[in-house]
Amino acid sequence: MAETIKFELNGKQVNVEVEPDHTLLWVLRSHFDLTGTKYGCGLGYCGSCTVLMNNDPVRSCGIMMEDVAGTKIVTIEGLAKNGELHPVQQAFVDNDALQCGYCTPGMIMNAVGLLERNPNPSRQEIIDGMEDNLCRCGAHTRIIDAIASVSDKKKGVVQP
Amino acid sequence: MKADKIDSFYFHDVNTPPTQVNRREFLKNLGGGVIIVFSLSQLAFRVGYKSLDQDDIPQFNAFLRVKEDGRVECYSGKIEMGQGINTSLAQALADELEVDISQVDMILGDTNLCPHDDGTWGSLTTRFHEPLIRAAAAEAREVLKKLASEKLEVPVDQLNASNGKITYKNDSSKSISYAELTNGQKIIQSVSEKPELKKSDEFNVIGKSFHRRDAVEKVTGKALYSADMRLPGMLYAAIIRPDAHGSKLLSVDTSAAEKIEGIQIKKDDDLIAILHENPETAERTRFLVKAEWEKLPSKADNESIFEHIKKTATNRRVRYEGGDLETGKNESELTFEHEYHDGYKAHASIEPHSATAIYEDGKITMWASSQTPFGTRQEVAEKLGIPKEDVHIKQIFLGGGFGGKIYNRQAVEAARLAKMVEGTPIQLMWNRSEEFMYDMFRPAAVIKVNSGITKNGAIKLWDFDIYCAGDRGTELFYEVPNHRTTNLNGQDVHPFGTGAWRAPGNSTNTFARESHIDIMAHSVGMDPLEFRLKNMNNQRAINSLKVAADKFGWTKEKPPKGTGRGIAVGFDAGTFATIIVEVDVNTQNGEVKVKRAVVGQDMGQIVNPQGAIIQAEGCVNMGLGYSLMEDIEFDWGEVKTNNFSNYQIPLFSDIPEVIETAFVDAMDEPPQGGGEPAIICMGGAVANAVFEACGARVFRLPVTPERVLAALKEKG
Ligand code: FES
Ligand code: FES
Repeated sequence: MAETIKFELNGKQVNVEVEPDHTLLWVLRSHFDLTGTKYGCGLGYCGSCTVLMNNDPVRSCGIMMEDVAGTKIVTIEGLAKNGELHPVQQAFVDNDALQCGYCTPGMIMNAVGLLERNPNPSRQEIIDGMEDNLCRCGAHTRIIDAIASVSDKKKGVVQP
Repeated sequence: MKADKIDSFYFHDVNTPPTQVNRREFLKNLGGGVIIVFSLSQLAFRVGYKSLDQDDIPQFNAFLRVKEDGRVECYSGKIEMGQGINTSLAQALADELEVDISQVDMILGDTNLCPHDDGTWGSLTTRFHEPLIRAAAAEAREVLKKLASEKLEVPVDQLNASNGKITYKNDSSKSISYAELTNGQKIIQSVSEKPELKKSDEFNVIGKSFHRRDAVEKVTGKALYSADMRLPGMLYAAIIRPDAHGSKLLSVDTSAAEKIEGIQIKKDDDLIAILHENPETAERTRFLVKAEWEKLPSKADNESIFEHIKKTATNRRVRYEGGDLETGKNESELTFEHEYHDGYKAHASIEPHSATAIYEDGKITMWASSQTPFGTRQEVAEKLGIPKEDVHIKQIFLGGGFGGKIYNRQAVEAARLAKMVEGTPIQLMWNRSEEFMYDMFRPAAVIKVNSGITKNGAIKLWDFDIYCAGDRGTELFYEVPNHRTTNLNGQDVHPFGTGAWRAPGNSTNTFARESHIDIMAHSVGMDPLEFRLKNMNNQRAINSLKVAADKFGWTKEKPPKGTGRGIAVGFDAGTFATIIVEVDVNTQNGEVKVKRAVVGQDMGQIVNPQGAIIQAEGCVNMGLGYSLMEDIEFDWGEVKTNNFSNYQIPLFSDIPEVIETAFVDAMDEPPQGGGEPAIICMGGAVANAVFEACGARVFRLPVTPERVLAALKEKG
């Protein structure tokens, strides 16, 4: 049975009438038309569906809507503020840290979460933190550079 | 597009002539400005189109328009799947036309707007498409100069074009912008016989590094892929699938599924689909459908496939031949016979195949993740029984392709469903297990090599039998007086579809050849670099090897035990590529870690050096997968690999800490392919490095820890 679920989405309070066992990924994509969050595997293996839940990166394909109630969700669409890219987004642009761009939203959300926990990660900590986000185009090298470039500045983390 | 048609072209690495386009149709819907069309017959002198029969091809292959506001639109049937043509083609155009790159809009892969193109594959875009776009841009520049000469009353040769303006050389106050020139005009012009193209020392934009032009869209989630379309009233589709290829449907019971509110079940022959306005409801209802299938008996699995291949791929065709093999044997003081194996590989783009479609009034509009929009149009038209003009495939980003999205099964499925629910948009996105099931895999293959050398390392004999990999990249660039390269294929060899995987077959072929070269070098105690240089007979191959070796800092001195360096050289899409890697091998558990990779490439003119470097890095990182970990597990038609949990692709910790790229300077040469060549060298380079590190020679890809340990044991 569908239930009304309330949560904060990209800074706005929202209500949605959904089955409580439906997943955040598909509710974002089909109910809110926020298609920046991508499906890649549906089972938690690829990370392309990563969003922030109360500032922590989570894989939205495995998050049931009943667990979303009362939380704060930020998606890739909610990262830029007043038309200005988030420093991590800007770093991906500046470092050409993407090719097809399909893994990119998940990579960026995961990186934002990583920097939130550890604003100045070492290269190894970036690798460990990004490890399970898959990229088939092989953009890894530049993704690491992009994240490092933000962390170096030590000011990269903007509260979403 | 049908696999057999593509393969016949793709595997032999030739460009395919485009088919007929109606010129009037083509130009009808356009607004004003200066419009440049290409007639391929006029351009037959351009590289890649030489073989075309000039009288047969009065059609157009690329096309640009300087609009009345001075912005430039470039229409190309190619698609953007990450390789960066959105940027590099715009650079080429901007340079010749003398406009700022920000003024250029690329319209890619829209079948109503763009001239026909056979597909984005084979690293053909930069090789064959870029010269055409430059020619069109040069033509447009000359047309604009002519218009300016009339307006400014100055002879054409006294005029300069730059930054979207034409200026009188002697008096820069006499100047007129492209927008002023094109305003109120509609001039349609074909490219002339020999448009005057810039020389490399005149380039301002070509040869300079540019960031991706699509980056902002992609980092903000605004870039649209085909399953991102949201249309009012759209239904999501989930299709009932068997467990194994070749299965026959015995019975199906949809009664439980039909009880779900809002569900529609559509059947058309073999296609049974569930439609619902909620994608998860559609997907989950799949499990309520009871279907019984009859499976085919198994003929092979991922272990026994190689014997099966040798038994069934019996059609021999000699591809290259020279001298006499018997003589070669007699002249050889040492001979070597080995067999190399490679299993099936998936494309595994992170974006699965998907399509959105709406069918109305006998016409269909689609957004499809396809490397061949025009092939998709044709296939959909045939399947629906409508003229191809009534199928419109629209521009969309692709989340990776690598050859896997040349095949458009998902688009045809979506189109069939859309026709059944006329007026209602349909979206179909394969789930990950469908993606693994219906991937057109890189074929499993066997390569048998029989060779001979003299004691001082001169190759005398080379007999190369290719089972199922195709002969791409196998023309020898080593001097061998007696040689033969044979292609072996057969019917019913593979349990499922196979196809083009980033440089089709060439990774397998290069792995076998370069492993074998290494074996011969070591057998006479020669340094593998020295052995290659001694035997190579192609200057471009030598150049690519030399720039890589220089960058790497190759010496004859061996690294400490446990560390190894490996070289592989290959040829693909007009480019010679070399990769040298450095690996660490853990001889306790067999694990291989690639620490460093250096790519050396002779790829002719480089339009966007940054883009070329990124493609090379992508080749190294993606190539690690087939070299070290990727393999499809199956029991005949049943593909057991079904997600990234059992098909491991390279992770952040797998990629080399350092990747360097060195290019041979060849800016006045025609541009060659960059998306595929380097990847072919990874397997051979890694296998050779593992050998130097620990003496283990692995003859089968991927070089897994178990295989390394087994090879260590064998050597004792
Ligand atoms: S789609 Fe969620 S992890 Fe892959
Ligand atoms: S950029 Fe294509 S999957 Fe990462």
